[in-house]
Amino acid sequence: MKRIEGAYVSLLFAGLGVAGVVYGSRTWLPELASRHGAGIDAMLRYLLLTTGGLFLAGYVALGLLVWRGSGRTAIGPRLATRRTEWLLSGLLGLAVAAIGEGGVLAIGMPVWTEYFDARPSADAVVIDVTAQQFMWNARYPGPDGVLGRTDPSLIDEGTNPLGLVRGDAAGQDDIVTLNEIVAAVNRPVRIRLHSKDVIHSFFLPNFRVKQDAVPGMSPEIVFVPTRTGEFELACAELCGLAHYRMRGFFRVLTASEFEDWLLLQAAAAAKGGQ
Amino acid sequence: MASHGFVRRYVFSTDHKVIGIQYILTGLVMALVGAALAALIRLQLGWPDHQWLWLAQLLPKGMPGGVMTPEFYLAVVTMHGTIMVFFFISYVLVSGFGNYLVPLQVGAKDMAFPFLNMLSYWVAFLSALVLIASFFVEGGAAASGWTAYPPLSAVAAAVPGSQMGQTLWILSMALFIASFTMSGLNIVATVFSVRAPGLSMMRLPLTVWSYFIASILGLLAFPPLTAAAIMLLFDRHLGTSFFLPSGLVVANTALPNTGGSPLLWQHLFWFLGHPEVYVLILPALGVACDILPAFTRKPVFGYRISVWSLIAVGCLSMIVWGHHMFVSGMSPFSGEYFSLVTLTITVPMTVFGVNMLASLWGANLQIRAATLFALGVIALFGSGGLGGLFLGNATADMQLHDTYFVVGHFHMMIGGVTLMATFAAIYFWFPKMFGRMMNDRLGKLHFWLTFVPFFTIFFMQHFLGLQGAPRRYYAFRRTTTSSTHAARTSSSAWPRCS
Repeated sequence: MKRIEGAYVSLLFAGLGVAGVVYGSRTWLPELASRHGAGIDAMLRYLLLTTGGLFLAGYVALGLLVWRGSGRTAIGPRLATRRTEWLLSGLLGLAVAAIGEGGVLAIGMPVWTEYFDARPSADAVVIDVTAQQFMWNARYPGPDGVLGRTDPSLIDEGTNPLGLVRGDAAGQDDIVTLNEIVAAVNRPVRIRLHSKDVIHSFFLPNFRVKQDAVPGMSPEIVFVPTRTGEFELACAELCGLAHYRMRGFFRVLTASEFEDWLLLQAAAAAKGGQ
Repeated sequence: MASHGFVRRYVFSTDHKVIGIQYILTGLVMALVGAALAALIRLQLGWPDHQWLWLAQLLPKGMPGGVMTPEFYLAVVTMHGTIMVFFFISYVLVSGFGNYLVPLQVGAKDMAFPFLNMLSYWVAFLSALVLIASFFVEGGAAASGWTAYPPLSAVAAAVPGSQMGQTLWILSMALFIASFTMSGLNIVATVFSVRAPGLSMMRLPLTVWSYFIASILGLLAFPPLTAAAIMLLFDRHLGTSFFLPSGLVVANTALPNTGGSPLLWQHLFWFLGHPEVYVLILPALGVACDILPAFTRKPVFGYRISVWSLIAVGCLSMIVWGHHMFVSGMSPFSGEYFSLVTLTITVPMTVFGVNMLASLWGANLQIRAATLFALGVIALFGSGGLGGLFLGNATADMQLHDTYFVVGHFHMMIGGVTLMATFAAIYFWFPKMFGRMMNDRLGKLHFWLTFVPFFTIFFMQHFLGLQGAPRRYYAFRRTTTSSTHAARTSSSAWPRCS
């Protein structure tokens, strides 16, 4: 009876371990669309392989120990010596630490540094993104390359959601879009992120980009899209009732399509400004 | 002592055993509330458009017409987290069993300060009442998540739950912290000063060690949150700007605040929040380590090493809070620091896990309900701990932060490990408390029906997170990304999450 029950419990743990790894190996990350994202994927792949192995080993070991233990009618002939204790827990502890820290030092930190140290090249597409409940406002500097000034006291949701200073000459040619951000493939994107009200988080799953938009702060994100197409922009920080609907699209065009889009938008902005 | 009649003996009692049981019962009632909320979350995510007419009668405001409103969903998520972390696990496992077991295991007649002990329970009880009351005020219960990040939690217009509900939430937390500080002080004092003669520190059971370390952590980590809670209360009602920067425009109204920082709250919150998870998890591990030997028929493996691991975890847990904030806009250099120190915690934690696993080595294993739950502690600690390697790594966290990976991870750890340990402790010490055995067959059934679904649900959430499903979403819509996976996971019995 004890043996049979032991077998069930042992199978439970070992089986869940094996099933977990099989299930996990069938799922994958969203399609990659940015340059630095390859590094993040390498980090995740490393962790999945190493911890997946440890997980499997641990669950199978737990299953085996339960199986062996349920078969005994007396405890094993001798207890572990202090030396065995130090050796086993020391070695395994260090091994896991080596996997964890090694991964950070060898793969993680270089990617992290590369991402945050990225100096945008002069041709980077500059976009000013302002998050608010529950929308993404994007603003491009237009042909003059300079963003117009804003002033929060001018904000009016109906007529001037970004608080643009109307008389500012630099702002006349600015392009403003809502829930749609457009960029060019293989050309760096330089996004300055703001929030008007509460904390939001700018999350582009395909680009491996996530940055909180905290009111009062204006962090900058620099990355290079490597794929054309339309991708999802999600809010990843709880921001209120319609948090789940705070979605935008991130469209990546070819270089010439992007220039056409800019011209079209600039023309529309000029028309609206008159 | 016991001649004061029923009220002094069972209600306003200063006996640590009675207080322990009072804590456990209160916590279990709160657990039922938290579990009902969890069921509501699952219903909403699994069938977002279904009309639950009987629920509409039960919850006319939260689910008019049988469909949950987004504001009610956020309140449910917030209250589920708050109740489970602070009012179930803290009450039952930490304060409840802590009160019951520590004096018995150190050979003391009672806690060092019996009256303080009674006071701590009644303040805790009051704090639970205040929290439950917040469901019934205008705007409903707090809806800014159990982390209560301002400005969402500071500005009443940001979300309905940020009206009176959030104020009551803060008051309830303040009472909780006061109570937890009292009971923590008591445990530390008891372990230090009223141990039986000859019971040196290195002879204490691991249970006592884990409560001791957890109480010290609580004493060190809770005051910053008290300060933060008061500051938040001031921001909400007295017009201060601790967490509110200038230029805020909420619901088309410009706010007059200037100069505050929302990140300040996050630092203060997680300075508490991270040690807090160790406050919960260390007793779970300690209890499991003490229950196992009864059924393996041999002492634990590496007692001394485990003690030192607990001490090391306690120290390290105070300096790693920033790993909850890798993408918050905090300096990337801080990110590197927090990443490296977080991963050093893997050393003592792995050592502890290995010791638990190796305790089964050469065992003559007796399988009872308590054994199964203790084995469940080891299993979930393994999978939760390995998931932590992903989240402590800043680079990987950039993709995983605030996704279902996080939800899966912390449910394995502060959800699963503590839940398994709580059940193991209840099955193991129930006979000591009430003089009766529990039905072992039903207990085992309980284990199978708990462990298998629990593991399946929360293990799977890691993979939803890898695919980028954000947490705290009221509903998920099909998108171009990961829709094939969404179709596959939703065809199983569990909710559609992507």
